[in-house]
Amino acid sequence: MSILVNKNSKVIVQGFTGKEGTFHAEKCIEYGTNIVGGVTPGKGGQIHLEKPVFNTVKKAVKETNADTSIIFVPPAFAADAVMEAADAGIKVIICITEGIPVSDMMIAKKFVDSKKAILLGPNCPGIISAEEAKIGIMPGFVFKKGNVGVISKSGTLTYEAANQVVQAGFGITTAIGIGGDPIIGTTFIDLLKLFEQDDETKAIVIIGEIGGDLEMQAAKYIKENISKPVVAFIAGQTAPKGKRMGHAGAIIAGGKGTAQEKIEALKDAGVAVAETPAKIGETVAKVMLKR
Amino acid sequence: MNIHEYQAKQIFANYNIPIPTGKMIKRAEDAKTAAQEIGGNIWAVKAQIHAGGRGKGGGVKLARNLEEVEKYASEILGMTLITHQTGKAGKLVKKVYIEGGVDIQKEFYLGIVLDRTAEIPVMMASTEGGMEIEKVAAETPGKIVKIAIDPLIGFQGFHARELAFGMNLPKIQTRSFSKFAKALYEVYSKNDASLIEINPLILNEEDQFVALDAKMNFDDNALFRHQSIEAMRDLNEEEPTETEAKKYGLSYVKLDGNVGCMVNGAGLAMSTMDIIKYEGGEPANFLDVGGAASAETVAKGFEIILEDKNVKAIFVNIFGGIVRCDRIAKGILEATKKTEVGVPLVVRLDGTNAEEAAIILDNADIEIIITASDLADGAKKVVSAAKGAK
Repeated sequence: MSILVNKNSKVIVQGFTGKEGTFHAEKCIEYGTNIVGGVTPGKGGQIHLEKPVFNTVKKAVKETNADTSIIFVPPAFAADAVMEAADAGIKVIICITEGIPVSDMMIAKKFVDSKKAILLGPNCPGIISAEEAKIGIMPGFVFKKGNVGVISKSGTLTYEAANQVVQAGFGITTAIGIGGDPIIGTTFIDLLKLFEQDDETKAIVIIGEIGGDLEMQAAKYIKENISKPVVAFIAGQTAPKGKRMGHAGAIIAGGKGTAQEKIEALKDAGVAVAETPAKIGETVAKVMLKR
Repeated sequence: MNIHEYQAKQIFANYNIPIPTGKMIKRAEDAKTAAQEIGGNIWAVKAQIHAGGRGKGGGVKLARNLEEVEKYASEILGMTLITHQTGKAGKLVKKVYIEGGVDIQKEFYLGIVLDRTAEIPVMMASTEGGMEIEKVAAETPGKIVKIAIDPLIGFQGFHARELAFGMNLPKIQTRSFSKFAKALYEVYSKNDASLIEINPLILNEEDQFVALDAKMNFDDNALFRHQSIEAMRDLNEEEPTETEAKKYGLSYVKLDGNVGCMVNGAGLAMSTMDIIKYEGGEPANFLDVGGAASAETVAKGFEIILEDKNVKAIFVNIFGGIVRCDRIAKGILEATKKTEVGVPLVVRLDGTNAEEAAIILDNADIEIIITASDLADGAKKVVSAAKGAK
C-alpha cells in the first residue's frame, strides 16, 4: 500500500509542454506513472509525449477522468493553475513551482480547502509511492520499496534521507515533499494521519527545518495520535536569526521557529530525533528493530 | 526585501496615511535648506538604515534650530551605526531623513504581519507605543490586541472596532483610528507587504493618528508585479556577495566560520552547516546551488565562497537527483582550472551516476580534491582540513 497516490492514479501535467513540464513528465512516465495527458492553454488538441494536450483542466478531466495533477506553471500564474485544478474536481494537486507570492497562496489554499482537494506544495519535490507512481521531480531509483513513510519540507534532504533508509536495509512506502514556503497546502499532521492508517507503513520519518511552527504542531499531534514509531530531523540548528535560508519559509523570526525548540518538542512527544543529517538511516534502523 | 523609513512613508502618503513632513538628504550641506522647506522650529534628524533601534544607537537626534539640524546631519551621515539589529559590524549611514516636529498626545503601536499558523495577515495594536513590541508581548501580552484578517473579505469595520475597543479608545479617536487602520491594510495587501510596523504611531493634539515611524518588508516572490517597490531597493543595505549570487540563481548567506559549503537544495545546505558544526567546525556560509546544479553554477559557487578570505576548506555536498553527478564532477574539474581555489576541496557526490563521478575525480588526480564517501565522512574530512590549514 501507499498513501495519496498509486499506480492507478490518473495524472495530468499542468504546464505540460513547457521545458520543465516536458522534462519531468517524461521521467514520471519512464517510472511508470499513469500520466493521462496535460494542459497548456492554447495548445489543446496537440499530442505531446504521446499524450493528449488540453486547453483547460476541466476539459482534461472530462476526457481522461484525471484525479491527480502536477503543476509546473511559472510562479506568476501558478496559484491560478492550482485553483483551476481544484475547480475542475482534481483531488490531489501537486505544485512544484517555486516563488509563488504568499498573497496568491493565501487565497488558493482557501479555495482548495473549500473543494476538499489535497494540495502538496508549492515549492516541493512532489510525491512518490515506491515502484508505483512518481509524481514529482525526485530521482526515482533512490526510493526502494519498503515500510517507511517520509514527510519532508526539503527536496534533496528527502533524497538523502530515503537513501540512508535504503542503505540501512529498509525501504519507502510513500515519500512526500510538503514544500518550504510560508504557506503550503498539506502539513505534517494531514500526512501523519494517513501514514498511521496505512498498514504497510511501519515507521514514519519527518524532516523539518527552521521557521514557522508546523513541526511544533506535528509534535503535539504525534504525542496524542500516532502509535507508529516516528524519526525526525530538523535542519538549520546553526542558522542565524532573521536570515532566510533559501526556502522562503526557512527564517527564524522574532526568536520563534528555532531548530532547538522543535527538537525539544519532538523529543518530548517520543520522537527519535536524529542528531545529525547523517544519522537518519541509523535512527530508523533503531526504531524498526525495537518495534 | 526591506526599504527605508522615508520610502515606507512615501508609500503611506500615497494612501492618504498621515505622516509628518520630511525630506531625505545625502549631504549635510543640504540639511538647513531641507529643514527650512519643512518649516517649524523643531526637527528630527534620523539615520536611514535597514535596522531598528536607531534611536538608542545615536542615529536619531532632535534639533531645535537650523544649526543643530546641520550639525546632527553631519554627525549622523557617515557614522557607523550599531544597534541590536545590525550586528557587531554596524551599518554605515548614507542617508538621513529630516522630519518636522509633531505634538504628541499619546504613543501607540500598530503593525501587520503574516501569521504563519493562521495563514492570513494579523493586525496588532497596542497602547504601549515606543517600546520594543517583543518586550510588550513577553511582559504584558494583554496590552496587545490582535485580529486576523481574512483576505477574502479584507479589512472591515468590525476589525477596526475590535482593535479600538480593545485599546479603550474614546469615540473621537476611534473614528480617526479606523480610517488609519483601514488605509494601512490597503498598503499591506495592495503592495504584497510581508510586514508593516509603525512604532510609534502617535495621536496628535487634534486627535489625529500620525505615523511617526514606518517599517516595511515585502514578499520577494511578489516583487515582479511591483516595479516601483523593486526600484526602492538599496543595494548599500544588502550583502554584495548575496546580491551577486542571486543573479546566478544561487542562494548565499555569509556566516562567520571558515568552512565553505556548496550544496544543492536549501534543506540539505542547512543540514550541511549543522553537521560541520557537529564535527567541531564552523560553517563560513550557506550556499544552495539549486536542485538542478550545473557545471556553471558550481564554478560561480566557488568564486562566491572564495571571496570570503576566512575560508580554509570547502565542502561540496551534492545529492544528484535529476542532476547527474558525473556532470558535476566535470564541473568541479573545470572550475578548479578556471578559478584558483587554493584550499582543500572535500567532495561528496551521491545519487545519480555517483560511481562515474568518483572515477572522474580519482583519475583527474588533483591534489586539493579529497573525496568523501558520505555526508558524515565529508563533514569530518572538511573540518579536519580546515583545522590543518594555516
